[in-house]
Amino acid sequence: MADPIVMPSRLVRARGAWGTGFWAAFIGTGIVLAAVVPALNLWVPPGSAIAVPDYIVPLLGKYLCYAILALSLDLIWGYAGILSLGQAAFFALGGYAMGMYLMRQIGTRGVYQNPILPDFMVFLQYKELPWFWYGFDHFAWAVLMVLLVPGVLAFVFGWLAFRSRVSGVYLSIITQAMTYALLLAFFRNDMGFGGNNGLTDYKDILGWDVHAPSTRLGLYLVSVLGLGIAYLICRYVTKSKLGRVLLALRDAESRVRFLGYSVTNAKLFVFTLSAVLAGFAGALYVPQVGIINPSEFSPGNSIEVAIWVSVGGRGTLVGAVIGAVLVNFGKSWLTGAFPEVWLFVLGMLFILTTLIFPRGIVGLFRQLRRPSPQQPKTLPVEEQA
Amino acid sequence: MVSRLARLLALALLLVLTALPARADDYSTQITALGSDSFADKDKAITALGNLGDARAVPVLQAMSDDRLRTGANGQVLIVSPTDSTKLIDALTGQPAEGVAFGDTSRVIVNNRLRGSIEGALGGLTLFSPDRDTRLAAARDALRHPSAESLARLQKAIATESDGEVRAAVQKSLYAAQLAGGSKEEQLKAVASLADDTDPRVKSLLDEFAATPNLDPEVRKATDAAIASINQRLQLIGILANLFQGLSLGSILLLAAIGLAITFGVMGVINMAHGEMIMIGAYVAYVVQQLFRAYLPPGLIDGYLIVAVPVAFLFAGLLGVILERCLIRFLYGRALETLLATWGVSLVMQQAVRSVFGSPNKEVSNPSWMTGGFDPLGGFTMTWNRIYIIVFCFVVLGVLALILNHTRFGLYMRAVTQNRDMARAMGIRTARVDALTFGLGSGIAGMAGVALSQIGNVSPNLGQIYIVDSFLVVVFGGVGNLMGTLIGALSLGIINKVLEPFAGAILGKIVVLVAIILFIQRRPRGLFALKGRTAET
Repeated sequence: MADPIVMPSRLVRARGAWGTGFWAAFIGTGIVLAAVVPALNLWVPPGSAIAVPDYIVPLLGKYLCYAILALSLDLIWGYAGILSLGQAAFFALGGYAMGMYLMRQIGTRGVYQNPILPDFMVFLQYKELPWFWYGFDHFAWAVLMVLLVPGVLAFVFGWLAFRSRVSGVYLSIITQAMTYALLLAFFRNDMGFGGNNGLTDYKDILGWDVHAPSTRLGLYLVSVLGLGIAYLICRYVTKSKLGRVLLALRDAESRVRFLGYSVTNAKLFVFTLSAVLAGFAGALYVPQVGIINPSEFSPGNSIEVAIWVSVGGRGTLVGAVIGAVLVNFGKSWLTGAFPEVWLFVLGMLFILTTLIFPRGIVGLFRQLRRPSPQQPKTLPVEEQA
Repeated sequence: MVSRLARLLALALLLVLTALPARADDYSTQITALGSDSFADKDKAITALGNLGDARAVPVLQAMSDDRLRTGANGQVLIVSPTDSTKLIDALTGQPAEGVAFGDTSRVIVNNRLRGSIEGALGGLTLFSPDRDTRLAAARDALRHPSAESLARLQKAIATESDGEVRAAVQKSLYAAQLAGGSKEEQLKAVASLADDTDPRVKSLLDEFAATPNLDPEVRKATDAAIASINQRLQLIGILANLFQGLSLGSILLLAAIGLAITFGVMGVINMAHGEMIMIGAYVAYVVQQLFRAYLPPGLIDGYLIVAVPVAFLFAGLLGVILERCLIRFLYGRALETLLATWGVSLVMQQAVRSVFGSPNKEVSNPSWMTGGFDPLGGFTMTWNRIYIIVFCFVVLGVLALILNHTRFGLYMRAVTQNRDMARAMGIRTARVDALTFGLGSGIAGMAGVALSQIGNVSPNLGQIYIVDSFLVVVFGGVGNLMGTLIGALSLGIINKVLEPFAGAILGKIVVLVAIILFIQRRPRGLFALKGRTAET
């Protein structure tokens, strides 16, 4: 890729990636996220300035899901230079798989009280459950599908694309075409996924009421855990030998190929992994927001993920998390307070981060803390998209 | 000799003189009979009036159906004026009836059976209405319910009809009636004549006719042949209609994609704000239209489109140059970041337009010379706006080809597309070429917006509708190559429209998207990839 953002000093010290310092910071952050919010929610009297009201909990959980999604994009874009504009599609596929499980849990409590068919199917005069809905009454099957469906799609798509060396903006555009095709497909009523309205009106998950504050707190904690696991996986991959191959192919793909590495396999692995992570994030997201519909597939959503990563700092995992949370917090606040300003802000974020702060918040912070004059400005630019 | 002529003339005069009162008498008899007490007599009179084909009976029957018909003491039939319920009109003469007191009259009782007869009679009578459009509607209506009874009426109508279009419609209905109640010769002639028609109603009519039992074998054979020939024609028209619609969609895609293709070709960047340039062009058309409406005499309004095209080109082109100078040149060589930054620009532009013009759709009307259409084969209409857009698109393409191939700037553009570094080494100011290329591409997008404003609504997210498709056109056709874009756009447009009848609009589109994704695997650089060393990088 033509726009390398590489920190050679960090590469050299990669061996220290799993040192005590890292674990302390990681576990510390985890405890803060997992303990402070529940404590403020449960034990601080409502109305107090630091209390976390019930409705905030799923909102925070949603940000954490977005953070996992941002991690998944950072893994392929920040490290391997693959700007997938289909990340939100994998996210939505995972979400749909979870939504299907939640729909099956409604049972006879739906409007039409059909024990097998979800309401929308009764409404659309389905006689029986479509075959791809089988098994979704079991949570384990749903979880398997959450990981498998985006993973298999990404594997097939990636295998076709990387094998023929589709890269750069071409890849971005065909991932966008894929997302668009899925968007259109899920809008169709006869696809059996609820069409325009998507899947909603969930009642409970694993027996707990999804609307109950305690369940929401539980889902939040699961999201913290999920983010932690996703972070560790991404860190493991990026700090491994494979991670360095990825960095190398991002900056000089042909050279890596000439050196004998299989670029196709490396890209395919990381692309599939990233899709699985995105699907996982989507599955956590759906019970917390209570709905999944085809608009999650819209191409704009996928591009927005890229801006979270950019704002936080591309090529740094912490950056992806910080960016996702900050941008979405800003979005929640601005769309509430000044709705017409939000698109201006988002648009300017896109422009400014690419133009002025390509390293994002984390990069800026590192520069301030440790200005390194020797840091090379760019690596040799030999390949352009 | 002279006396013979005189005798003939006298005879003719006598005939005319006797015929006129006879007809008039018949009419007045039937009108008077409407006032009779027996339902059967009234019914007979209604039917007779219907068959007489005298347009004067229309208001009378209408009034009867509306319970506004009354009889006077001496059997005079009177109509209550529809506008003023105290005024009475003589049904025979149509003049206000003076000296008849409302209290002296009694209502003509009508039941539902009579109303049915009145409706039938009126349907036939409107064939003789003085209003052309009413006659046309009646003639077309007669095709829907062909019957042997209407035969005489239709024959009379065709004898007196002077308007060509109405006459044709009456003739068609007459053939239909002949199928139902004509002699064998008439049926054969009707079948043969109807076989040339592609009206779907005619086809269902013939289908019905072929299904009637005890049909004469000769007539049946002719009917089957006629149905086969109609089916063939319908199929052909279906194909042509698909082709036309595909061509229309393809030319729109081409207009939307061509600017994208040249900027992508020359600079290697994807301009996500390209769709918004299209949107801006459409708003320019809207603004120019409003200015024309506000400040120029109404007679000039048709000219607004002529003015809007260059204005949109200049305005969008200027925006493009500004965008390139202020943003894109700083991101040179970072294609993916350009993609994101221009996406940001597109969001800002959408929101800006929404703030200025509001989110509701704006309406841009077609100039009079672009409204309507014509029907070359019968069965589908080619609208003028789509035809003009196709023509416009090819004019733009032609001019662009001339610029690329026969101007110095075009030469520079081609050189930079092929090998940027070498072009710079040869003294081409690539920065300037970049800015101008971007301006040119955006300007064409602006003109595309003007074209799109003619076939749909103008809204802030107009550009988003076409952006994914135009990217696909570019990657499908290959970059830096007008021919590739042309073939890419037209084939995508036509494939989309040809698939539509089989698969439905959305499924067809999904199929096309998947096909393109698969196609890219085979030809990662599109249909018409640039060849040579530089193209490999």
